[in-house]
Formats: sequence, C-alpha cells, structure tokens
Amino acid sequence: MRVTFTVNGRRHEADDVWEGESLLYVLRERMGLPGSKNACEQGECGSCTVRLDGEPVCACLVAAGQAEGREVVTVEGLAAYARERDGTAGTGDLAPVQQAFLDAGAVQCGFCTPGLLVAADELIERTPEPSDADIREALSGNLCRCTGYEKIMDAVRLAAARSDAGGAREVV
Amino acid sequence: MQFLRPASWEDALAAKAEHPSAVPLAGGTDVMVEINFDHRRPTHLLDLSRIRELHEWETGGGTVRLGAAVPYSKIIDGLSRELPGLALASRTVGSPQIRNRGSVGGNLGAASPAGDAHPALLAAGAEVEAVSVRGTRSIPVEEFYTGVKRNALAEDELIRSVRIRKADGPQQFSKVGTRNAMVIAVCAFGIALHPSTRTVRAGIGSAAPTPLRARVAEDFLGAALEEGGLWSSGRTIPPAVAREFAELCSGACNPIDDVRGSAAYRRRAVGVMARRTLGWAWESYRATGNGSTTEGGAQCA
Repeated sequence: MRVTFTVNGRRHEADDVWEGESLLYVLRERMGLPGSKNACEQGECGSCTVRLDGEPVCACLVAAGQAEGREVVTVEGLAAYARERDGTAGTGDLAPVQQAFLDAGAVQCGFCTPGLLVAADELIERTPEPSDADIREALSGNLCRCTGYEKIMDAVRLAAARSDAGGAREVV
Repeated sequence: MQFLRPASWEDALAAKAEHPSAVPLAGGTDVMVEINFDHRRPTHLLDLSRIRELHEWETGGGTVRLGAAVPYSKIIDGLSRELPGLALASRTVGSPQIRNRGSVGGNLGAASPAGDAHPALLAAGAEVEAVSVRGTRSIPVEEFYTGVKRNALAEDELIRSVRIRKADGPQQFSKVGTRNAMVIAVCAFGIALHPSTRTVRAGIGSAAPTPLRARVAEDFLGAALEEGGLWSSGRTIPPAVAREFAELCSGACNPIDDVRGSAAYRRRAVGVMARRTLGWAWESYRATGNGSTTEGGAQCA
C-alpha cells in the first residue's frame, strides 16, 4: 500500500509498504530518515520516540497506515521545529535541547539520544520549568545503558534553564 | 495482509462482520509488538484510530462512558475526579509514550490477566459495550474475562466503550513491579469504597488466569464495617478486620509461578496491597468527613 504523511514539515510518500510495517521502518528504510533508532521493537526502550500529531510515541508501535495524513516530527527535524516554536531567528543546526546534551556530556554511545531528545524537548515545551521528578517521569520510557542518566538529567535542566532565560529576556 | 481503515464506526462494524478474523488496532501497544516479533500475522488489520467517538467520553448520569480508544494519558488528565482508581492505574501503565497510545479498550481486547486497568474497573464497577452489526450488548466486566488473554467478545463484535460507575467514595490502586515505569504487573490490586451502598469492591490483577473480584473479602469487609457502624462513625478499621480482609484477598488468588514472580509471592503481595490500599482509602474517607459528624460538626475520631 501507499502511505503519505508529513515528516518535519515536508510531505513524504512511500510505496509498496507492507500492511504490518511500522512507522519506524518506513521512516528509516523508505524515507531515508534513520535518526529514530530501532532497538527493542516493543515500546520498551524509547529509542524510536517521535512526535505524532504532537504526542511523543514509539514509532515502532504505530502501524505505517495509521500515520496516513498525520504530522510526524523526528530528531532530524527537531532543530527546525524548535526554531519555529520558540520564534528564535537563530540559524543553528541544533535545537537548544541538542546543544545542552552536547554541553552536559549527556551523549555516550548515542543510540538512545534521538529518542531522549524528542522526549526532553516535548517536556520543556509542556513544562518550561520542570522539577527533577518531572524530568524523570518524562524520560521514564527512554532507556540509556551508558550514562547512568545523571548527565542526561543535567542536560535537561540546562536546556530548561536556558530556554527559561531566553523567555525572560524576551519579556524584558 | 490487508489494512482496513474505516472512517466511521458503522464502517468498522461492517468490516468486522465481513472479516471476523480482522484484528482491531488502536494504539498498537500490544498488536504491533506481536507483529514486529512475527508472533501474529492476521489476514486483516482493522485500524480504529480514525473513529472519533472511540476517542471521546461522556460523563452524564452516574457513569462515565469511556470511548474504547481514549488513551491513558487523557484519562489521567481528564477523569481523575470521576474515575480516581482508573486514573491511578493509568499512571502505572508503561511510559509516557505508551500512555499516549494505549487504551482501556485495548486492555480489554487483549484480556491479559496483567492488564493495569482491570483491577480498577472491577473495583469501580463497569460494563463493556460490545457492538456488532447485529446489535449492542452490555457485558459486566466480571463476565468479560473468560481466560488467559480470552474475552467474551463474539468474533464480529468490537468494543465501543466501557461504562464505569463514577466514584462515590475513595478509590485506590497498587501494583508490584521492579521499577516505577515500563513494568508489567507482578500483581496488582484495586479497591473502591462505595459509601452510597455501604459496600466495598476489590479487584485483583495478575494473580489468577483472569482478573477477578475478591468477593468473599468484599462481603466480609462490608459486613464488618456495617456491624461496627464504621460507615457512620468514621472510626478506624480494627487491625483484625484489615488483616482478615487481606487474608481473604490472598485467598481469592489462583496464581502461577512465572518469570515475574512466584505464586506464593503473588498471594502474599496481594494481601499486603489489600491491607495498605484499604488503609489509604479509609483514611481519605475519614478525612473528607464522609463519616458522620457529631452535632457540633466535629468528625468522630
């Protein structure tokens, strides 16, 4: 079957999609967007987290046909998505949350990073000043086997603090 | 495999009648796992995600008519007042990503004894609205679970909604697992106090082939509260009564040993959860002044 949906603001189409195929497979293998990672294929690890009509979901558990006509944001589009949302004119290649992950050393092997970035960005969008409990809850569906999560916590706190400071400057 | 994408509920029922082996697909948190792992190759997938009414709820009267595909995250955000037990259970489902997709209809369709919604539905009182082109029937949730991953649906039926009694008193939920997120219950327990009928209902999950009510325990506790005049006095439940309730709940279990826990552990843990959740629920019953007050307005202690 053919599926058509929007990914990172652009209309994408894929042909000869098998009916049982996941959104993740279509993104990675048919649309050339391998940023979302394929690991557990059962919704346990969060490495494939994308936004589907704004909601963070595991792309491995969405049937490709269910994405028909919907809006998907993947890690590849996170910087542009954040720019548009935050109204920042910056031309940087990275979303604030991506920069914070780099600055805090929250990336080791990097496999879990795309999913964590999408989940963390959505948290800060929804809760600009998250508590540690908020961060832990928002990232509870994303497994990292390298970092022990402390640097990831640091990164999310840093991203939130920076976006908060940005907001405060705008108010002034 | 064929991917059926009905645009309306009527179309979905017609498709299910025409293809009884079609597997309904909403959030995909169970079905897609089975497909990804090659455990299931249905001839047809019946995508219900475009059917608006399955994603909505109605709160008129004494029940909430919860659309089968309302995701857990929406239950937590929108229904914790009407359905506190189910909202608590919803919080323990998977992760944010899973709660954005998974639904009570999916829990019922899968009918896993470990489904998180079941103990809360059993405790609150609920009926499953099963619909086919032949008509609609209402199945009490107790009768809906017929075996491990088996339910009372006919092959042409789909779940339209679950009608859940609105809380008329405190409700609690507890679940045993190895961490707070992404856990399939080792066992789970839901309790609802129903002061309007002076009854207590208790639901047990993952400790028998099906989710079940602890009816003997419910009856014992109901009688003990009545005889002690506790509904009106709001006095503390005597420890011996709470202990007996816990033991009867343990006794209602018919668990197995598996990778998540042993039968003996499950039986014991259900008893512990029963005693604790009863304590929490009764404390909030007392605290909200639902017990009778003295003439001066002060609540009896």
